[in-house]
Amino acid sequence: MASLSVSSGLNKAVRQQYMSLPQGGKCQVTYIWIDGTGEGLRNKTRTLDIEPTSIEDIPEWNFDGSSTYQSEGSNSDMYLIPVCMFRDPFTLDPNKLVFCEVLKYNRLPAETNHRAACNKVMEQVKEHCIWFGMEQEFTLLGMDGHPFAWPQNGYPGPQGPYYCGVGADNAYGRDIVECHYKACLYAGVKICGTNAEVMPSQWEFQVGPCEGIDMGDHLWVARFLLHRVCEDFGVVATLDPKPMKGNWNGAGCHTNVSTKQMREEEGLQYIEQAIEKLSKKHTEHIREYDPRGGEDNKRRLTGLHETSNIEDFSAGVANRGASIRIPRQVGQEKKGYFEDRRPAANCDPYSVTRAITNTCLLDEEE
Amino acid sequence: MATSASSKLNKAVKQQYMELPQGDKVQAMYIWIDGSGEGLRCKTKTLDSEPKTIEDLPEWNFDGSSTYQSEGSNSDMYLIPAAMFRDPFRKDPNKLVLCEVVKYNHKPDENNLRHTCKQIMSMVENSHPWFGMEQEYTILGTDGHPFGWPSNGFPGPQGPYYCGVGADKAYGRDVVEAHYRACLYAGVQICGTNAEVMPAQWEFQIGPCEGINMGDHLWVARFILHRVCEDFGVIVSFDPKPISGNWNGAGCHTNFSTKEMREDGGLKVIEEAIERLSKRHQYHIRAYDPKGGLDNARRLTGHHETSNIGEFSAGVANRGASIRIPRAVGQDKKGYFEDRRPSANCNPYIVTEAMVRTCILKEEGEQPTEYNK
Repeated sequence: MASLSVSSGLNKAVRQQYMSLPQGGKCQVTYIWIDGTGEGLRNKTRTLDIEPTSIEDIPEWNFDGSSTYQSEGSNSDMYLIPVCMFRDPFTLDPNKLVFCEVLKYNRLPAETNHRAACNKVMEQVKEHCIWFGMEQEFTLLGMDGHPFAWPQNGYPGPQGPYYCGVGADNAYGRDIVECHYKACLYAGVKICGTNAEVMPSQWEFQVGPCEGIDMGDHLWVARFLLHRVCEDFGVVATLDPKPMKGNWNGAGCHTNVSTKQMREEEGLQYIEQAIEKLSKKHTEHIREYDPRGGEDNKRRLTGLHETSNIEDFSAGVANRGASIRIPRQVGQEKKGYFEDRRPAANCDPYSVTRAITNTCLLDEEE
Repeated sequence: MATSASSKLNKAVKQQYMELPQGDKVQAMYIWIDGSGEGLRCKTKTLDSEPKTIEDLPEWNFDGSSTYQSEGSNSDMYLIPAAMFRDPFRKDPNKLVLCEVVKYNHKPDENNLRHTCKQIMSMVENSHPWFGMEQEYTILGTDGHPFGWPSNGFPGPQGPYYCGVGADKAYGRDVVEAHYRACLYAGVQICGTNAEVMPAQWEFQIGPCEGINMGDHLWVARFILHRVCEDFGVIVSFDPKPISGNWNGAGCHTNFSTKEMREDGGLKVIEEAIERLSKRHQYHIRAYDPKGGLDNARRLTGHHETSNIGEFSAGVANRGASIRIPRAVGQDKKGYFEDRRPSANCNPYIVTEAMVRTCILKEEGEQPTEYNK
């Protein structure tokens, strides 16, 4: 099949023979980090002599930043600081996946290390117990760059039957979604749901509820798992917010938010206060909601295809054309959470959650 | 090759992931009927422990503006779990959950015909109405042509295909075998299968189911069929006349009996029921496909073992009649009868409801009666 990778055509039975070899007491730990683009993920693996039981057991490491758009060749070493650990669904127990922060040679956070600043903010607001749920949309592409299973040099029938669809004419690539879900559950990533999206070959998974810094950690690892699963199948996942021009939906990362106060009786007033504060910082938030300061989202937030227009801020109950949507049952129960629909699919969740937390909980103290 | 690209993804790779343990977490796939009245939609949620009964499943919601069910400005719709089954795709402890759709104002959605059906069934519990529905369907390739048919062409005329065996007679048996096993695993009350008269056309039967269960089990069986076909890379069509010309259509013959009909002397009750049905032909025709009879107009021609849509008829062992009394029932003088009018894409909730209204509640006239709760 022209649109699947050559690698995916390698003999998986042969692979299985090797993967089922026992490894004695040794443990493989794969370090994962965000590269200089702010969107790409990198990984490399090392052997440890025993299985790590907590993140403290994992040593710091380093890598060649000049090969990841992160430093110059003359001063290329960068540090990998382990921050959270998961089971490895590819090489299985006792092996681990370890997500890392990147530090420059001078131990300051790398340019695309937005976790450091996010963590500082989350530390300040611990008593608010801020919870997030992020809805990661993505599109499957063949190796030719065309959406997976779309007719070559052509288009499928218009949007309508694909959202949550079933059947070979409606659901393109479900295997990937099923496998990714299982991989996340195994790894310990907090995946809470999946569904097929409005454009064919577009899907969504949701991660959460996660408190504070966990949201970014779990979403980034979920993305790594997605790329790895797609690699095994020989297709490509893109988080581009508008992969197909024309009458085709874009891909976002709707972010659901609540604090302890919002979840308690009469919490709706705190939700409304938060929305009021967000309404005054629209431009600043848009800059944080994709890795290009809003340029990516310009192609997606048009006011059509269930998006709000990038220029205007709006909010409404059950309104999918608004910047902020208050779910209907939240409006009825007068407590719960709200949904910020502006972040793009390729956003950095650390930047998004930091911006929201800062505006809603910390701004008045500035 | 008219199978989907998705079906060519490496299933050995998929198997490795699907075998991963998931701890205590459970995946619940919520299924509902969309705004077309025929299409099914689904999405999944993670639960922290295995639900034991339907009450353990939380209500959910979805974006109705993406399923032809609401506007974008007021799009939230509710999913109310109605029936739970084991998941034959993800396997235990995971579940399939059939749901009713409720609008923002808590009223049933236009295509939620289960709501009224349940009310009607609760009025006739003592009659123990049993149903068996014979779901016919056609397998198509992704090019829309029946699976296994020559491209841009036709197979030999009908004759050798019904219940046939052999590569020249049975097109797509794998789908049927897989679907049967999946239904048994899930707990769907599948009672049989056979190849049908048109090549690439098949039938499965669900029942006997009492009351509301008939609709629940048939809708889940349809969902499982769509999912099995998706895995094989082919498409299932419930269109009642997929190929015009000298090719059979697809129906959903509905077998019906009450406790009285099943007891000695029940034939008399059957004949009374048929008499009532004969006076309400138009009301039933309107209920028997999702377009108020327009779909069935292409199928109920009086040929190809159908009755003519304009006329009501009944007879023992007569497959050209609207209602057929099986020969054994004629001899035992008790049992059930078969209404051959419903189309393959009918909504079983309204079909079974109409049957109960006319035969047990003894309604008359062209409109269903409104009962106060």
